[in-house]
Amino acid sequence: MSKRTQAYIKAGAVLLACMLFVFAAGCKKKVPPPAPPPPPKTEAPKPPPEKPEITSFTAEPRSIERGQAATLRWSVSNATDINIDNGVGAVQSSGSRQVYPSSGTTYTLVANGPGGSETRSVTVDVAAPAAPPPPPPAKEPGRSATDILSSDVQDAYFDYDKSDIRPDARATLSKDAEVLKQLFNENPGFNVMVEGHADERGSAEYNLGLGDRRASSAKDFLVEQGVPADRLKTISYGKERPVCTDSTEDCWQRNRRVHFSPAQ
Amino acid sequence: MKKKLLFITAGVAGLAVFLAAQQPDINSGVAGGQQPGIAIPDFRGSGEAQRYMTVFNETLWNEIRQAGLFKMAPKSMYPLRVPQTPTDFKAPSTAASSRRDRNPKPVSSSPWLSDWSSPPVNAQYLAFGYTGIQNNQIVLYGWLYDVTRPDTGSAQVLGKLYFGSVDENGARDVARQFASDILGQFGAKSLMGSKIYFVSDRTAHKEIWSMDYDGSNQTQLTHYNSISTFPCVSPDGSKIAFTTWYRGNPSIFVHSLETGRKLPFYNQAASLNAPSDFTPNSKQLLLYSTAGGSYSQIFIANIDGSDFRRISSVRAIEVEPKVNPKTGADLVFVSGRGGPPQLYRMNIDGADIVRLTTGEGEAVNPSWHPDGQKIAFAWTRGFEPGNYNIFIMDVATRTVTQLTHGAGRNENPVWAPDGVHIVYSSKRGRTIQIFTMLADGSQQRQLTTSGNNEKPVWSKASK
Repeated sequence: MSKRTQAYIKAGAVLLACMLFVFAAGCKKKVPPPAPPPPPKTEAPKPPPEKPEITSFTAEPRSIERGQAATLRWSVSNATDINIDNGVGAVQSSGSRQVYPSSGTTYTLVANGPGGSETRSVTVDVAAPAAPPPPPPAKEPGRSATDILSSDVQDAYFDYDKSDIRPDARATLSKDAEVLKQLFNENPGFNVMVEGHADERGSAEYNLGLGDRRASSAKDFLVEQGVPADRLKTISYGKERPVCTDSTEDCWQRNRRVHFSPAQ
Repeated sequence: MKKKLLFITAGVAGLAVFLAAQQPDINSGVAGGQQPGIAIPDFRGSGEAQRYMTVFNETLWNEIRQAGLFKMAPKSMYPLRVPQTPTDFKAPSTAASSRRDRNPKPVSSSPWLSDWSSPPVNAQYLAFGYTGIQNNQIVLYGWLYDVTRPDTGSAQVLGKLYFGSVDENGARDVARQFASDILGQFGAKSLMGSKIYFVSDRTAHKEIWSMDYDGSNQTQLTHYNSISTFPCVSPDGSKIAFTTWYRGNPSIFVHSLETGRKLPFYNQAASLNAPSDFTPNSKQLLLYSTAGGSYSQIFIANIDGSDFRRISSVRAIEVEPKVNPKTGADLVFVSGRGGPPQLYRMNIDGADIVRLTTGEGEAVNPSWHPDGQKIAFAWTRGFEPGNYNIFIMDVATRTVTQLTHGAGRNENPVWAPDGVHIVYSSKRGRTIQIFTMLADGSQQRQLTTSGNNEKPVWSKASK
């Protein structure tokens, strides 16, 4: 037999097989339908939607200085709308936002969903700004020598037509001496003028001499108390520089004085 | 002949003034009954000159009145017929020469001398004349007659022409010159051209000022914006010394009054230097200073500060040395050596110290009379401290006369160059002002009003 003959046989066989198969299939339709599936055991209600869940809500860092930023991060599920107060507003279910609170602020995240709402808060602390660097330390912190002289060194008062140091003036000048000694120690270039004054009653010419006496006896007293003499100068203003001009004993007494001022 | 009579008249009048000045009781000396009467009728001006005659007549009257040498015969008593020139006098027709009546009654309608010397006028002197305008000048024809004389030939004491600008100042000027000449006939030194130097705070700082003796022409001399005070003027009128705080401690500055410039003066290293008086030759300065000690003491130096010498040496305040203008050899000064300040005198070398005041109260601000015999000063005797009154003392006899009697402050009396007036400061109310008065306390007159004005010194006209 030739090869071509053999090929024809095979092809016929296959074709036949196929025809048989189709025939055979038409025969199956005649099988009975299966039983229906069993119904569910109970008619159970639909399950409720799940509650929103705030997986996380943080601030990083928790504490800042004014002007710096903190980052809020959050992650929420089962929510339909999510809000953060203090100006942040509506947000997505997860995200982050930089905030610049100027003072300590508590941020509250509210997540609302079909299953209810959930809140969580986080607080960002804000520290006051650091104090500026202190000025370089002064010799007399806060007060100049002139200030101390005018506030802490008191006038000494005299009797009419007298230049001797009376008891109340001794007490005043003794205190003055302590202040002056410290002042001179701490302020090497600082000198003091001891001014002698008189009331309006004596003649201007005689009072010029009297004011000079008062200044020099006050200076002598201070030097006895240990105040360096070369730091004290004296000047008389006579009755030319009154502190008041009334013709009363009170005013006269206020003018019969030794006053201290910075020397040039 | 006329000259001789004039000399005699002036001599007699001068002697009267001199005698009056010798009396310790200044009151009767200056204003008492011995003064000659003077009549000064209102002068008239021809044409345009009449416009200025109100000022002229007021000035002439005041100048004579304020000199205190005359009893002013009241104008309401004057005869209706006022002479304007010597030729207006007509001797009564009958009369004088034949009967030798010294005060004949007028029988004619013309003016005669006796109209003025007899009641009710009772004057010894009559000033008369008139003004006119010539060559753009106001011209005053002025005469002074002794109306007690028998005839016009012997009556004239003064007859002179005066010239001024054609305005009120010119009229005032000629009146002052005429008054000055009249007063000069009676030994009074003229105040014409004299200046009062003083201290005023009207600029908010005490500065030295000057003004004419009647308060006009107030002028600021210093501009130190400090305290400048205690002026004294050299007798030759060329320099003024004062104390100023301008450089810190009170120290002496000397200015030229001719140029206004500061002159060199060497201040001693001391807490206090203050000038007080010039010597009569204007070459040295009396001052007080704390130089070489701790009390204000009296020194003398040249006017540049050289040849500085101590006069007093005591542990007490001493101020205000004033040198006798006649002798130049003795001082009055203020010292606290016996307690409260009192007046003392000493020789210019510091010897022979004597207290002049009694020790009562406080006695300050001495000022020599030009005669070198009297002083004026301020004293609180009889009053509380500070309430000074003006007194005069005859230094030789220590006789004192009180000129002011108020309870306020009357201070710094200084004699005028005429020896008849005194300038001083007075606090009446809130401010201190400068006044003048006669040396009997009368005719007090305020010269300043602005701010406080004090420390007057009266300087004669500089040559």
